[in-house]
Amino acid sequence: MNRSATSFSRPQLSSFKTLHHFHGGLKLPGHREITASMPIRQAELPPQLIVPLQQHIGAAAVSLVQVGEQVCKGQLIGRQAGAISACVHAPSSGVISAVEDRPVPHPSGLQAPCIVIDTDGMERDSDEQYPLLDYTRLTPDALCKLIRDAGIVGLGGAGFPTQVKLGCGKYDIKLLLINAVECEPYIACDNRLIQERAADIISGVHILQRAVEAESCIIAIEDDMAQAEAALQTALQQDGNNTDIALTRVPEIYPSGGERQLIKVLTGEEVPSQGFPADMGIICQNVGTAAAVHNAVVKRQPLLPRIVTLTGNGLVQPQNIEALIGTPVSHLVATAGGYCSDVERLIIGGPMMGYAVTDDNIPVTKTLNCALAVTADEMPVPPPAQPCIRCGKCTEVCPADLLPQQLYWYAHSSNLDAAQDYSLFDCIECGCCAYVCPSHIPLVQYYRHAKTEIWVREKQLQSSDLARQRHEARLSRLDRIKQERAARMAKKKLALAGDDSRKDNKKAAIEAALERVKRKKQQADSTPGNTDNLTPAQQQLIDDADRRRRQQQEDRNS
Amino acid sequence: MLTALTVLGILAALIGLVLGYTAIRFHVDSDPVVEQIDKLLPQTQCGQCTYAGCRPYAEAMAAGEADINQCPPGGETTIKALADLLGRDPKPLNPEHGEHTEKSVVVIDEQVCIGCTLCIQACPVDAIVGAAKQMHTVIRDECTGCDLCIPPCPVECIHVVPLPPVIGNWVWPKPADPASQPTGTARQQAAS
Repeated sequence: MNRSATSFSRPQLSSFKTLHHFHGGLKLPGHREITASMPIRQAELPPQLIVPLQQHIGAAAVSLVQVGEQVCKGQLIGRQAGAISACVHAPSSGVISAVEDRPVPHPSGLQAPCIVIDTDGMERDSDEQYPLLDYTRLTPDALCKLIRDAGIVGLGGAGFPTQVKLGCGKYDIKLLLINAVECEPYIACDNRLIQERAADIISGVHILQRAVEAESCIIAIEDDMAQAEAALQTALQQDGNNTDIALTRVPEIYPSGGERQLIKVLTGEEVPSQGFPADMGIICQNVGTAAAVHNAVVKRQPLLPRIVTLTGNGLVQPQNIEALIGTPVSHLVATAGGYCSDVERLIIGGPMMGYAVTDDNIPVTKTLNCALAVTADEMPVPPPAQPCIRCGKCTEVCPADLLPQQLYWYAHSSNLDAAQDYSLFDCIECGCCAYVCPSHIPLVQYYRHAKTEIWVREKQLQSSDLARQRHEARLSRLDRIKQERAARMAKKKLALAGDDSRKDNKKAAIEAALERVKRKKQQADSTPGNTDNLTPAQQQLIDDADRRRRQQQEDRNS
Repeated sequence: MLTALTVLGILAALIGLVLGYTAIRFHVDSDPVVEQIDKLLPQTQCGQCTYAGCRPYAEAMAAGEADINQCPPGGETTIKALADLLGRDPKPLNPEHGEHTEKSVVVIDEQVCIGCTLCIQACPVDAIVGAAKQMHTVIRDECTGCDLCIPPCPVECIHVVPLPPVIGNWVWPKPADPASQPTGTARQQAAS
């Protein structure tokens, strides 16, 4: 069932006029109207910023600062470690009060290394002056470097380092896809961003297009975001060099904002399992990322604030808030008027893919797009799970075209190899299957359990491989030392036993030594020295000694 | 008749060549079963199985001399994997060899260490650095938690510490079981 994209005044790309459908998906109540009509509010500077070193997929950044150090706003405080990593910057000026483990937004509730900054409220900028650049004169490589140095990661939620995704000339990109499809209920931060900063987004899109040298570019927007769409249209019309950017509406079906689903909707092609969109010549970037790229390249500002949707009936004044990274969620909740008395749970992320947390003293990270405080009426705790009745509803709605029921069996019985055979890792954890399950089985949690279990086992396998290597190296070293010692001993033995001339030399040396001793003795016998000018007493002593010696000699002879 | 013999002869020669080539090209030196078993073992090298390391235990298992339930660090997971590989029935861990515990590492109390190097000689994976009369320390990432360094220490300065949970090693908890297990079988039972 295809439908035509609504044509705008902008030139449309002929090949993307027809929209397609991905398998499954759900029509969900939006709940976005709670916050989508209110302007973005700036959060006040909190007294303390907690900046996690890991806010992205890949290796955690390495801290560059010491406790007690003064930092400026935008100063690099954590450098990227390895190819897939992102750097972090000080969101505001102040003093580093700790570099330690703090609670971070994560379903485990565990702590992770963070840099804690006691803010001084001065918002001091770094003394370093960055020249403003005309990006149209920069090479794609230079643009990627600027994006990397700004610490930009995918702001849609996954947090993949943007420069890695852009590939810096590694891929032959035909299409740049800008994802403005904010499909998960409640979340409206991208919607507000588009409404208020459409020009920044368009500028960022131009930079991204230049960085990947894409032939064409599409901004995909959901068909219920009319105001955002109008803002983008206006910005495109005001923009001078926009002839190659097309705006396309996609129907509001959850999860059409998923990268693979959106590509399917627009191109009709499927990203292969285990493959990447870049292999097909497509790169997908979130609108928030485009705005951050604009800030990084045009304004030379690293990624410091992000927009967070604070929503749910459990908050007094739900709204979108722009907060510095590292701002505690509790501070944002206070900005949003605090909790209502009947609040029941705080969820990080949306209602479908988010996770509940027990502590709101966790910092905003680059990927935290929503904090949802729900009441018991709004999102009741699901009743206890019943046995699977094999109704197949989960398979009907799965947007990745998997067999959720099959995956559930294998995850449930910890048959992880079989789960992988059924493409467990193609599951995007959208939650559609669990949403429609009449038995209320927490299916996604089973998949998440299986995925994390497989990762941990792979890590264990790597460390056991390392242990084996080290053990074998040790054994071969000990063996080598033993052989070397044995060889040395054998050589010595051979030298001692076999060599006759050496034996003669030894004999001659002994004889010579005996000869020397004899000669010395004779010399000693001939003339005793130091016998002139002796006192009578001394002479008496010598005579006595001589007599004793003679006596002894006679005794020995007799 | 002659044609048939010639054709067969040429075929035989060709196949012989191919077989000969593959025998050289894909020659396997050691027993691949030992490799496969060794891969499943946790490589702690602790010797609790009574063999001198994981590989000797793997060789003994391949030779049928050792049972599959002698590896406490591997625990149930390893026993299950070994049973799958060797086509045997899984059995519980033999308590003679010890109990399964979560992986831990050792640390050296550097204030107490006298630098005797006895632990360095005991470590099967060279995870302890130090020299005679110099302080010793454990490389945490390399330590397998075999605890072999603890008995030789004359001043008892080596302690076992559990590995703290980190996000990278965290596993989503498995949901509680649905009330009872589903399915065809229940229906069949009801029908019968």
